[in-house]
Amino acid sequence: MIPEIGQFAMILALALAAIQTAVPIVGAHRDDAAMMGVARSAATGQFVFVAIAFGCLTYAFLTDDFSVLYVANHSQLSLPTLYKVSAVWGAHEGSLLMWVLILAGWTLAVARFSSGVPDAFAARVIGVLGFLSIGFLAFMILTSNPFERLVPAAADGADLNPLLQDPGLAIHPPLLYIGYVGFSVAFAFAIAAMLSGDLDRTWAKWTRPWTTLAWLFLTLGIALGSWWAYYELGWGGWWFWDAVENASFMPWLIGTALMHSLAVTEKRGLFKSWTLLLAITAFSLSLLGTFLVRSGILVSVHAFATDPERGYFILAFLGIVVVGALLLYAWRAPSLDSDVGFALLSRETFLLLNNVLLVIATAIVLYGTLSPLIYQMMDWGKISIGEPWFNFAFLIPTVPLVILLGMGMHAAWRTQNTGTWLDVLKLPAIIGVVLGIVVPLFVYGRMSVMLAVGCIAAFWIVVSSLVPIIRSLRREKGAAGITRSALGMSVAHVGMGLFVLGVTVVSAFGVESDRALSPGASTEVAGFEFEMRGLNNVTGPNFTAIEAEVEIRKDGEYVGTVRPQKRQYLVQKSPMTEAGIRAGLDKDLFVALGDQLGNNAWSVRIQYKPLIRFIWLGCLIMALGGLIAISDRRYRVNVRETAKRKDPKAQEAAA
Amino acid sequence: MKPRQQRMLAVGLAVLGIAIAAGLTLRAFEDNMMFFVEISDVVAGKHPSERNFRIGGLVVGGSVHREEGSLDMSFEVTDTACTVPVIYSGVLPDLFREGQGVVAHGRMGDNGVFVADKILAKHDENYMAPEVAESLSKHQQDIQAAVARGTEGCNPDDS
Amino acid sequence: MNRFILPLVIVIGLIVFLVMGLQHGDPRALPSPFIGKPAPEFELPTLKNPEVVIGTDNFAGKYTLVNVWATWCVMCQAEHGFLMDLAASKSIPIYGLNWRDSRPDAIRWLGRLGDPYIASAFDPDNRVGMDWGVYGAPETFLLDPEGTVVYKHLGPLDPAIWEREFLSRMQEASP
Repeated sequence: MIPEIGQFAMILALALAAIQTAVPIVGAHRDDAAMMGVARSAATGQFVFVAIAFGCLTYAFLTDDFSVLYVANHSQLSLPTLYKVSAVWGAHEGSLLMWVLILAGWTLAVARFSSGVPDAFAARVIGVLGFLSIGFLAFMILTSNPFERLVPAAADGADLNPLLQDPGLAIHPPLLYIGYVGFSVAFAFAIAAMLSGDLDRTWAKWTRPWTTLAWLFLTLGIALGSWWAYYELGWGGWWFWDAVENASFMPWLIGTALMHSLAVTEKRGLFKSWTLLLAITAFSLSLLGTFLVRSGILVSVHAFATDPERGYFILAFLGIVVVGALLLYAWRAPSLDSDVGFALLSRETFLLLNNVLLVIATAIVLYGTLSPLIYQMMDWGKISIGEPWFNFAFLIPTVPLVILLGMGMHAAWRTQNTGTWLDVLKLPAIIGVVLGIVVPLFVYGRMSVMLAVGCIAAFWIVVSSLVPIIRSLRREKGAAGITRSALGMSVAHVGMGLFVLGVTVVSAFGVESDRALSPGASTEVAGFEFEMRGLNNVTGPNFTAIEAEVEIRKDGEYVGTVRPQKRQYLVQKSPMTEAGIRAGLDKDLFVALGDQLGNNAWSVRIQYKPLIRFIWLGCLIMALGGLIAISDRRYRVNVRETAKRKDPKAQEAAA
Repeated sequence: MKPRQQRMLAVGLAVLGIAIAAGLTLRAFEDNMMFFVEISDVVAGKHPSERNFRIGGLVVGGSVHREEGSLDMSFEVTDTACTVPVIYSGVLPDLFREGQGVVAHGRMGDNGVFVADKILAKHDENYMAPEVAESLSKHQQDIQAAVARGTEGCNPDDS
Repeated sequence: MNRFILPLVIVIGLIVFLVMGLQHGDPRALPSPFIGKPAPEFELPTLKNPEVVIGTDNFAGKYTLVNVWATWCVMCQAEHGFLMDLAASKSIPIYGLNWRDSRPDAIRWLGRLGDPYIASAFDPDNRVGMDWGVYGAPETFLLDPEGTVVYKHLGPLDPAIWEREFLSRMQEASP
């Protein structure tokens, strides 16, 4: 009964989404307040019904209702409760339901927190979001129904893929999707602005906090996914340039470009058409990512079960949305050319370069991701692109990007006096170069060109980003020395610097070695001694495991003990490696059990990963920066002011 | 210079930089591209000699040998028509098993042995790398034809 | 050309490319190598009685369905009801290939859900599965009276697929 309620709720949500699309957009066109008013209530109703559907599916998992095919395929009686919940979004159908729920959630948030936006504009935004909901709800109902029954019911389920039975992976998809789907808001704002023809800079101002919010969730989601891959896929890499990873990374890159170009559009009224295009592109890449992941068109370790029908559906929907948006763009954008000047040395120039470089980086990732498909279609052979290519090609736009980052932060809008600019940059540059050379040479004892470039860039960004914070702290104690917006930017850039430092150091000094170890024996890797103390049998809720106890020493001194496991999951009968990691801010020591070599010996993979935590810490700080920027009172105050004045033009004049 | 000219100059420089970078990138692309070669083609000698490539197929039952207590091992991979011996030293993926699909990265040694530097097995029970599946189904045809002709086994020159 | 149309042109190009990619990469569009070939020969003990051996010889003489199944495969259970109906209609003999499974589990499974098979061959270590090119369960082969594979279906069966892919092929051959 409950699954049928869920299914019925999905259909009702689809009907509401249709109302939410048609009525407000027509209403906005006719300037009919009653019709526009439908937007908010339809959005609320749609969210409620999608939430009911999601709740029904969760209930089916929690009650082990194996008469639901999706539950029988992805759960099992002895699966721990946490994973019964996360199994809801552990495969295609359920994760799609979560996607729709999140889209409805964003729509609801827009409906609730857009009281400062003119009604006609809000109605259009909500209408566009409703159209996106229609597409995904229809996709789910027609091709991927999570409530499909299994008759007769199974006695027990097939269990969740053991790789997904992990707390990190339980929360990674929700965060990632909140980010991914969140770009739909910027997209809807752009479309609404183009529909209304009201393309002054206010739409940029309204869009900014939403874009930053989506971006910060995507940052967290990607970082969490990378962390999961590091410890759960078992072999210690943190980024594989896998098609599915790239699918989430491309919207991130364009989303980052969008955040920066929105700043220019809002502050200076420049780059208007470019910003619109980025807003369309960011969400289009989210859709493209969904297509790549769910159509089975690309080979990936993460890909969902393949089904070409689904591929055609998403592609058709993607085509309608993106082609429609770009047609609108081709019609509206030509009228937007404004020729407000700016000097070569100005913040505008740096942000322009930022955008160009980020777009190039995206193009590289897109090309690398699609090239196996291109080769296959041209009958040039079946190829795969090695990680080294991505690593190299990606550096070409990103090295200048990070170096320019530290400079651009200190350039003023419109024009910047060269002398004062150089004065500000002098100190960070000196500190950056000194630290960038000293740290690798004296802490890690080696030097190379790439290493110097990476470390100098990292310290340069960190110090340069700290300058505004330090200055404001020194000049005015406490009070509003620095806006939240500027503080957020500085913090995010510090995070970026730490990230670059982590990547550089771990790439240059990380050590990875496969060894044979038997109880009582020890081996040395990167100056650490790893001794296998023993092997034990362990039993988990739905697996049995062999656990090794490995003691780590340095120069005879005890460092720590790790317990890597080789698990055997009982239902899927598949083995899984659980790495033993001694984590630290300065380094990780990583031991993974391979297989039995005979003679009581095991193959083990041992890794020394200096500063690898900086990679995820950097992302965390970037996201924190985003959060600080959103909390800027500018956004809130203006919302209230506009609400009072009910006239966006007056508000713009005041700004 | 007027701002507009300055901007054009900046854009010009950027384009030049991009052109150089694109050249470098494409070169690197050629170097890092790895072809998938079917086992029958490997046996026929139709594989890159100076660079790494990938092979894929099924691990032949009973062919996995390791030296006691050592990381060195050997096994055979088949596309059901032809078979290539592989040597490898290191940790194997979790789902590496006899009779199961496997993909190996590496290059051909002098003696007809594939020296693998990376072994990948499928990620879950129901997944097989599509290129492996395709290669298998293609050569299964050969086995049928070979059976019909009365000569079973590897005829690499046919393909 | 208007530069604002450029993104549109690029995107349409990309979409055309992806459509072609979907057609090209569609694993179901690949012709199965077995079609039109005699089914690979085998002999295996039956599931319910290890003493009894069945093999390709049992299939000769009329249209036969060979269904690959396992207890760990949920989709097999999803199609099981349809197989039971099909067996009850006596329109075609159905044999099973119990694949990478354990004997007691499999017998219990049939006991619980019913047994649509005339007999199931027991292939715990994928020996025959490999010869037959089994990618995963469920998978169903349609053999004609000469023992030639007429069709192979990946994934669960349902009445629509049965009518569209199987019945049509059987009727085509014997008008």
